[in-house]
Amino acid sequence: MSEILSVKNLGKSYDTGFTALKNVNLDIEEGEILALLGPNGAGKTTLISIICGIANITSGSVTVGGYDIGRDYRKARNLIGLVPQEINLEPFEKVINTVRFSRGLFGKKPDDAFIEKILRKLSLWDKRNNRTMELSGGMRRRVLIAKALCHEPRILFLDEPTAGVDVELRKDMWEVVAELKKDGVTIILTTHYIEEAEAIADRIAVINKGEILLVEGKDSLMQRMGQKCMTIELHEPIPAVPDSLSAYGLELGSDGTSLVYTYDTRAERTGITKLLSDLSEAGLVLKDLQTQQNSLEDIFVGLVKENAA
Amino acid sequence: MNLQAVRSIYLYEMARFFRSMIQSFVSPVISTSLYFIVFGAAIGSRIQEVEGISYGAFIVPGLIMLSVITQAISNGSFGIYFPKFVGTVFEILSAPVNYFEIILGYVGAAATKALFIGVVILGTSFFFVDITIAHPLAMVLFLVLTSVSFSLLGFILGIWAKSFEQLQLVPLLIVTPLIFLGGSFYSITMLPPFWQTVTLFNPVVYLISGFRWAFFGVADVPVLISLVAISGFLGVCLLFVAWIFRSGWRLRS
Repeated sequence: MSEILSVKNLGKSYDTGFTALKNVNLDIEEGEILALLGPNGAGKTTLISIICGIANITSGSVTVGGYDIGRDYRKARNLIGLVPQEINLEPFEKVINTVRFSRGLFGKKPDDAFIEKILRKLSLWDKRNNRTMELSGGMRRRVLIAKALCHEPRILFLDEPTAGVDVELRKDMWEVVAELKKDGVTIILTTHYIEEAEAIADRIAVINKGEILLVEGKDSLMQRMGQKCMTIELHEPIPAVPDSLSAYGLELGSDGTSLVYTYDTRAERTGITKLLSDLSEAGLVLKDLQTQQNSLEDIFVGLVKENAA
Repeated sequence: MNLQAVRSIYLYEMARFFRSMIQSFVSPVISTSLYFIVFGAAIGSRIQEVEGISYGAFIVPGLIMLSVITQAISNGSFGIYFPKFVGTVFEILSAPVNYFEIILGYVGAAATKALFIGVVILGTSFFFVDITIAHPLAMVLFLVLTSVSFSLLGFILGIWAKSFEQLQLVPLLIVTPLIFLGGSFYSITMLPPFWQTVTLFNPVVYLISGFRWAFFGVADVPVLISLVAISGFLGVCLLFVAWIFRSGWRLRS
């Protein structure tokens, strides 16, 4: 696979002195889904705005499909589709007209057959003659996606595509993204829902305070940093963790009937076998056992905290 | 050159105009008719001819200019302010278009609308007064230059404005007074000498004077100066817009 987007030493600061991005480096492979994860104000939207030409660059460079976004802005922008965070649509305009407008704006000849294909794919064909203000929030988001796709871009930016959207619509949106990936579109989405990144991304970049903290394959990231928790439920409550078990760093639940053991899946030995035998030696009777993989959320919170420290 | 984009912007803006056709067409006809009734019939009947032209006919060029200028500014400013207001401007900024193409689309549409209104008013005035146009080509040239340059000024205002209130501010406080005091309804020779000199600092005087010359062959200032003035104004607006897009002022953060 080859790089379709390359961000080199990108910096962005405003006249107010605020630095939104610090020396950002990011390479995106063609056909992948990258989730750009970060808390509010981390610089996600700023990064996207610069790549798409909405914000000016302070330092560094960006190439899209090998074209510099400043020198070759026409060729670079032709490859990009952008779905902004806010649902920005002209309220009185019909769905089909606003989509046609976007296609023309990107210099493409009118092609109603192609627009029909996109609207059908996004379940918007029946609504094509509705004014955008008559549509629900989820549908309006789809109109924005149709507008972004109608000039046949190779990269699609989705800036918080599911912010403020209910669970069902969110799953709906993920299906749309999966479909687009099948068609070979490279997708970069920003989100602060870890669940979202976990569900659909191939790779994850974590950004905080304008710095990229890491970029890594989702699976390896979760494996590398993943910790597991084992919750041990006891038959009888105990007042404190017995001294003989102090080496395991167990946490006692508030009602005294559960112990939580945290271990590293990367470690050669997890220590579970030894713990279980020590538990029975200490005279504790087990009722149930549960293990749980740490989610990306925990990893993320950990990283951001580390970065703040 | 992304002509497809220019075409898209232009047609999209014109569609907005045609959606409100009644408002676009009927309102200038009614307001012009009112001007003719009030200024032409009621007041005009008590005014002698101005420079050998009946007062009703004399005000026609001024009336057309008044509407063309205000319409050009309001269309030009609304066209770009509205996308800024609803947030759709991101699409224009992220599209493979340069500033000249954006202007061609937006200002072209605003100027077309203003021209259309000008022609409607001219047509309406034929019902009220007898007019013969002495220099038709010059009239068209002045009309086009005025429509384009004031649409461009409107476009700049639309980029500058941060609220609907600001959008109205400049037309209301500066442009409308300049037009009314620029000899729309009188010849500046009718003013006392001191005010005649003051008036020469009003750019609209040159416009209306030139436009009136195209109709009747008489002018307050030489027609060449009028032509230079309006062309110069257009040039300044173009330079300013070029700077706006290069710097991203009020458009790109």
